[in-house]
Amino acid sequence: MEKRARRTMLFAPANNPKMLVTAHLYGADCVLFDLEDAVKYADKDAARDLLAEALKTIDYGDTEIFARINPLSTEFGKDDVRILVPSGLRKMRLAMCEKPEHVKELDELLTEVEKEYGIENGACKIQCSLETPLAVMNAVSIAVASPRVISISFGAEDFTRTMGAERTKEGKELFVARTMVVMAAAIAGIDAIDTVWADLDDEEGFKEEVKSSMNLGFAGKSCVHPSQIKIVHKIFTPNKEELEKSLEIVRAAEAANISKGGVITVNGKMVDIPVIAKAEKIVRLAKSAGMIK
Amino acid sequence: MEIKKIKNKAKREIPDYIEGYGEVKPYAGPFATEPTGRKYAPLKSFSRPGASKILNSIKEAIEKCEIKDGMTISFHHHLRNGDYVLNMVMDEIAKLGIKNLNLVCSSLTKAHEPLIEHIRNGVVTGINTSGLRGEIAKEISKKNILGKPVTFRTHGGRARAIEAGELKIDVAFIAAPACDKMGNMNGAEGKSAFGAMGYPMVDAQYAEKVVAITDNLMPFPLKRISIPMTQIDYVVVIESIGDPEQIATGATRITKNPQELLIAEKASEVLTASGYIKNGFSFQAGSGGASLAVCKYLKEYMQENNIKGSFAAGGITATMVEFLEEGYFEALLDTQSFDSAAAESMLKNPAHIEMSASMYANPHNKGCSAHQLDVMILSATEIDTDYNINSLTGSTGIIMGALGGAPDTAAGAKLTVVVAPTMRKRIPIVTDRVTTVVTPGETVDILVTERGICVNPKRPELIEILTKAGIQLKTIESLKEEIEKLTGVPEKKSLSETIVAVVEYRDGTVIDVVRQTK
Repeated sequence: MEKRARRTMLFAPANNPKMLVTAHLYGADCVLFDLEDAVKYADKDAARDLLAEALKTIDYGDTEIFARINPLSTEFGKDDVRILVPSGLRKMRLAMCEKPEHVKELDELLTEVEKEYGIENGACKIQCSLETPLAVMNAVSIAVASPRVISISFGAEDFTRTMGAERTKEGKELFVARTMVVMAAAIAGIDAIDTVWADLDDEEGFKEEVKSSMNLGFAGKSCVHPSQIKIVHKIFTPNKEELEKSLEIVRAAEAANISKGGVITVNGKMVDIPVIAKAEKIVRLAKSAGMIK
Repeated sequence: MEIKKIKNKAKREIPDYIEGYGEVKPYAGPFATEPTGRKYAPLKSFSRPGASKILNSIKEAIEKCEIKDGMTISFHHHLRNGDYVLNMVMDEIAKLGIKNLNLVCSSLTKAHEPLIEHIRNGVVTGINTSGLRGEIAKEISKKNILGKPVTFRTHGGRARAIEAGELKIDVAFIAAPACDKMGNMNGAEGKSAFGAMGYPMVDAQYAEKVVAITDNLMPFPLKRISIPMTQIDYVVVIESIGDPEQIATGATRITKNPQELLIAEKASEVLTASGYIKNGFSFQAGSGGASLAVCKYLKEYMQENNIKGSFAAGGITATMVEFLEEGYFEALLDTQSFDSAAAESMLKNPAHIEMSASMYANPHNKGCSAHQLDVMILSATEIDTDYNINSLTGSTGIIMGALGGAPDTAAGAKLTVVVAPTMRKRIPIVTDRVTTVVTPGETVDILVTERGICVNPKRPELIEILTKAGIQLKTIESLKEEIEKLTGVPEKKSLSETIVAVVEYRDGTVIDVVRQTK
């Protein structure tokens, strides 16, 4: 499984030509071009065509590009896949994914499109967006529904609406759901991405939420504005001490070759697989933060 | 007379004589042309005890000053888009049937569009300015309505030309937000306050006659004097010199545009890596989006590293005032205040120092603040692979901007950084040849865009310092190529041979000309 930092996922409407050429310049680990909610009905085809051309012509460098496709149940969803995958799209977010069948349906379509265009089988990956109580309750089965699933994300707006709950800045109403999403991701060995923070004027509130999401185990945060990226990255940057310890553990683990299990001793402390995995994550975050090469 | 074409040091081919402008001294390098001769001086004058300078109307002032056909009159643009004075004076002059006047303006704004009629009617036949926008600019660029070239000068160049007597002002009209009966005036008090009055300070000193026009007659003596009564002939009191809403509103806030912020952040990284940001450094930034936003990131760095600068200069905004009040800089040098926060600060804070345009940027005096700058941040409409900057014309050749103090500060500062987006709409900003050279590339060090940072190869030591600091650099040619992959290569607009404007470098040489569009 490909492991890379997904600290930030910047949303950008796919029908905005300027964003198509600039969104990746803001330093987000991932950019998600939205064909779903951000694009009105009459613009759906045009947005898809625009994104297809952008994928063919623009060099997005190291930024991981996702598209939020329309649900397959709509008249646009399947065409989004059929047109964008041959144009180069390899990662897509499946909005309103509530059960494993939704994943399997997209998985089958991707297999078909990959075959048709001579693309390596399994090259296309899926991020499932869990936005309802049903989705959260099915989080584990969704996360393991296909090897294509590389991450699951939590969408709080629809979730609270469906629950009849009030969205607060403290987020107590989301605590259980967030924890379940992170647990499901951990079970599947994939990333969990947290929901957006819309109040751009409340930077302190945003920082608190990012810290709390990171502490829960989320790999990253969905961002609605470029100004949020640097803030998230700063919070996700490990401190030097933490990094040095982690580097030591990773080096020792590599030297002892214990990736399949076992225990080693580093500086007199017992180190097992979960500790090594955590150290690897810290090293990965440090690389993304430019602390090490 | 046979007119020859000459190539100046900015590689521009220009005639050695331009009808309506005169003989051309070609641009030869930022400090290559030295001044000779004496400064110009107006005639001596005298004042009798008890004599009154107060006149009843602008018309009376025009008559008292004996304005005649062919004279040169001057105005300032501190009232910006809210200026009433230039139009009021010109309307009276037109009514009196006076024609063929040469205008010397520090700049022209959209408030001055009624000038078009005065140009058409032959009242105005000459324009000297730093900037030109909107309809007047279009009419001149497309139809050459003036019939002879506009002369564009930098803020420092205008002061220099006036002092040198190249621009002899017969009558200067000075809008004064605060003035006493003898003509002592300042720009920082009253309902039409705009702050520093750096531009007319020069006019008042060298014009033959000077008329103060005020809407705020204060008791003699005015307590804060920017231009003294020793230079003023007449005072006219009118109801209003400008529209306060359009003069200077509130505080210029730092942009929220993410792309401008991104450019500013990168520029700030470059500045800190360059080694120029240290205790006692001096700084100037334009008031445009990205260049002003550099201050936001610079401040964070200065705070974290406990750095205090000596002075910040230029057009002063609320952001600079915050710098001063919070102790990041010892002083502000202000020739033009961009918002009311700056105007208020100048009144209350002795470390907020008003300066004339000559003290700001004139290369031919004994010291100007532009030459004391460590770091200057500029914006640009176009920049070419020789690092020449255009801030005057659009890519279609139409005049739409200004020289301002950019050529002055770029020449003076130790480090000149240009901040610009790589494209506006679909037009690439980096080109092989700018439409008009305003600031020569040899005075520009770094270009910062959202897609990359380029250093002028004339500064190899900067390339080394920045590279060592981990800043990734691109050549300007590769950046241009990268942008053109997205935009395509725009077709250059072909222009006619008719010269509609002459662009003077700050030392009075000609750096480029603007031709009429087809």
